[in-house]
Amino acid sequence: MTLALALEQLLNGLQLGVMLFLMAAGLTLIFGVMGLINLAHGSLYMVGAFACAAVAAATGSFWLGLVASLACAAAAGAIVELLVIRRLYDRDHLDQVLATFALILMFSEGTRWLFGSFPLYLDIPPLLQGAVALPGGAQYPVYRLAIIAAGALVAFGLYLLIGKTRLGMRIRAGESDREMIGALGVDIRTLYTVVFALGAALAGLAGAMVGALQSVQVGMGEPVLILAFVVIVIGGIGSIKGALLGALLVGVVDTLGRLLLPKLVGVFLQPAQAGMIGGAAASMLIYMMMALILAMKPRGLFPAAHA
Amino acid sequence: MLLDVSKIEASYGASQALFGVDLAVEEGQAVALMGRNGMGKTTTIRAICNLNPPRAGSVRLAGTDLKGKPSHRVAKLGIGLVPEGRRCFPNLTVHENLIAAARPGAWSLERVNDLFPRLAERHAQMARSLSGGEQQMLAIGRALMTNPRLLILDEATEGLAPVIRQDIWAAIRKLKAEGLSILVVDKTLSELLPVADRCVILENGRSAWHGTPAELSADLQDRYLGV
Ligand SMILES: Nc1ncnc2c1ncn2[C@@H]1O[C@H](COP(=O)(O)OP(=O)(O)O)[C@@H](O)[C@H]1O
Ligand SMILES: [Mg+2]
Repeated sequence: MTLALALEQLLNGLQLGVMLFLMAAGLTLIFGVMGLINLAHGSLYMVGAFACAAVAAATGSFWLGLVASLACAAAAGAIVELLVIRRLYDRDHLDQVLATFALILMFSEGTRWLFGSFPLYLDIPPLLQGAVALPGGAQYPVYRLAIIAAGALVAFGLYLLIGKTRLGMRIRAGESDREMIGALGVDIRTLYTVVFALGAALAGLAGAMVGALQSVQVGMGEPVLILAFVVIVIGGIGSIKGALLGALLVGVVDTLGRLLLPKLVGVFLQPAQAGMIGGAAASMLIYMMMALILAMKPRGLFPAAHA
Repeated sequence: MLLDVSKIEASYGASQALFGVDLAVEEGQAVALMGRNGMGKTTTIRAICNLNPPRAGSVRLAGTDLKGKPSHRVAKLGIGLVPEGRRCFPNLTVHENLIAAARPGAWSLERVNDLFPRLAERHAQMARSLSGGEQQMLAIGRALMTNPRLLILDEATEGLAPVIRQDIWAAIRKLKAEGLSILVVDKTLSELLPVADRCVILENGRSAWHGTPAELSADLQDRYLGV
């Protein structure tokens, strides 16, 4: 294998990781702060993708679409939190899973009703079209590099928000003692709505950015949701740092595994068999990694301090 | 009248803990809420803050009925709680504990740091790494930073070394001298009584005696507070 191919696949892995991070950051915040398992997080990803594709198609501007995806996903998140989610915080996890699963069905049917069953397509904005040369000679799409950069920016922004602002302090304080932060005069219900809308906006951003790489269709969120759950379990539930590391790990291991495992198996077996067995093993690789990490660190790489 | 608690009853689930508590704090007064363990002092405080909303009776703060107001509204109306067990946010630094819920007013970071110089020295440290006494100072500082009209202290010297207790009592006396209204629960009568303008004694979830510290005779102490 050439250096160029390895580098390209590594970047693809990073790009997948960054996208998973955007999903996982919201999921882990919502679980860490409110104790809520939100299966409908993938629906917010889909909302972001559809909002971006629809607005970009109507206005001709990807960037307006991106703004719309953030706004729509945040608004959808806030509305869902106010109407449904806030009734679930004190319920057990089974109730949360059932109710948020129902939300998936409603979001999917609602989207199908609005946009029909055919996928939408979203073009890469002119500014980010084209490719750059990698060391080793391969060409790499600028757009994917931009996704990686956007993810890094969001990670830094979240670090500042959670670590340095009063909103972040209140979120962390609420994580360790919800009643006490309320008794000091902080309206925790509003805080939760804000956190939920923030997580939703990040999911929507991920959906919008990926929308230009894949088709935008109903059901696109759920496969990502499953990976995002793997990420937060690996990273340590409630930890943004863990979500970042877990996401990059899953992204890179999954992408490189799909490239390397069939080749590795090919050393021992016929090419056709090797492709099949290697491919199957590759799709299980991240779950094996999760099992391995949990065997050594049962609460993930960065267990949240409380709990 | 700053705080006026009238005939409140409160329960934990099915088991009733308060059966009628009356208590009043005038502006600028320090009131001692007394009683043996399990008599309902903490529950009374939780009921005032609407952490356990009373199911009967009324609580008024400066004339405003607190009924139905969530605890964060009660805090914003002017109650600063220093809870039993301190309950600092362990995963926040000292500085963050102080400013996370702060509201503008006469109390600022500088003044809290003057009151408790040990907090200033530890401002970047995680609250979980503080000693018990420092955590107590932090819990008081945190409540002051919300600029309350009434400070409520529940067992603020419990389990602390004598030297630290002295620091806490000195701070409480200073707060009182500055005119802050205080409702205080504590077991050390020798420190509590000189600070208090009035005393309220609870017995089995009822207010059983009201009076001034001078009226609290040895007999009464023996009857309501002895072990
Ligand atoms: N969380 C709780 N659940 C059930 N009962 C409680 C709880 N907290 C206190 N109680 C009961 O309420 C009564 C009053 O307790 P409390 O207000 O803590 O007393 P004090 O602060 O005077 O020691 C006691 O009988 C106690 O057992
Ligand atoms: Mg008590």
